Amino acid sequence: MSEIQIELEILRYDPEKDQEPHFETYPVTCQDDWMVLDAINYIKDHVDTTISYRWSCHMAVCGSCGVMIDGEPKLACKAPVRDYANKTARVEPLANFPIERDLVVVMDDFMDKLKRVKPYLIRKEEKPLEEGEYKQSPAELKKYKQFTLCINCLCCYAACPQYALIPEFIGPAALTMAHRYNQDSRDQGLAERQDEVAKPEGAWDCSFAGECSEVCPKHVDPAGALQQLKIATTVEWYKGLIGMGGK
Amino acid sequence: MAYVRPVSKTRWYRAKRSYTVHMLQELTSLFVGIFALILLWGIGSIAAGPAAYQAFLDGLTSPLMLLWMWITTIVMFYHAIAWFSVTPKAMPVQRGEEFVPGSIIAGAHYVVWIALSLLVLLLAGVF
Repeated sequence: MSEIQIELEILRYDPEKDQEPHFETYPVTCQDDWMVLDAINYIKDHVDTTISYRWSCHMAVCGSCGVMIDGEPKLACKAPVRDYANKTARVEPLANFPIERDLVVVMDDFMDKLKRVKPYLIRKEEKPLEEGEYKQSPAELKKYKQFTLCINCLCCYAACPQYALIPEFIGPAALTMAHRYNQDSRDQGLAERQDEVAKPEGAWDCSFAGECSEVCPKHVDPAGALQQLKIATTVEWYKGLIGMGGK
Repeated sequence: MAYVRPVSKTRWYRAKRSYTVHMLQELTSLFVGIFALILLWGIGSIAAGPAAYQAFLDGLTSPLMLLWMWITTIVMFYHAIAWFSVTPKAMPVQRGEEFVPGSIIAGAHYVVWIALSLLVLLLAGVF
């Protein structure tokens, strides 16, 4: 296995010492099958133990290691170092979120918004357990399955120019979750989500730049979900107008 | 305390090429708006009488207006193609377990566009 030389320019910020963030540069000799996360781990283990960053699974499932690499939101565990061989790669915390420390961002805003869209199955009346499960056909599952692949890595928020400009915007991942449950044949919570989804800072603040879908490491296509939400909320609005409120 | 990075309200779209392209697509709506205003001007001139309508028609054939209309036409093609190319995302069609290929959804938009354009030209007496 051959080796690759890269230089990581990592944004550092210590809230107890720094007025503002600065970059520190770390040359790293990598194995050619390493990801950027491996290089950061190497720095943490061998060069500078004070670097803070989030990671867990190293297999693009946990969604913890989202960072900006050369200005693009990416999972550090899915970004091969060979793409940056003999170059300097700039690693920053996800854009559009406050920096807690180094590469760690404050996610409170997203967590609050996710809660507001009620991302879980809502039943008007739960049926008793002995009546068995809520059945669903493969076609009904296929309708929303793509949206279930979201791992809440927040790369979409970091790429979204609307979220950058309008912090009240509920944003791609949370709205996609609302759409995912609205599309679920077992769910009856569309009307309960409508208040959040249909207001201006809901789906309508999306200008369809499409960047969220471009950077999504799980190919969830939040941009598609948001446009479908716009159409669905419009249909619901008209239904309400003629007294035929939704499910 | 957490550090909030500043975002430029006026230069953000220059940060990435794709942002700039997006803003160009958004700008094309200005041309749609101006074209709608010209149409309204035309309708208003019909109401104002034959002389006003003739003045409107003469205005439309001035070289400057013709140039503007050609620019608008080109911009509108860009606007329409950019929109049609993303319609499969906004309006997916599911048949059974599978989704209809995006090319068919976008293609259907082009067919309707051409059909409606031909109808308008027919009503305008071009054929």
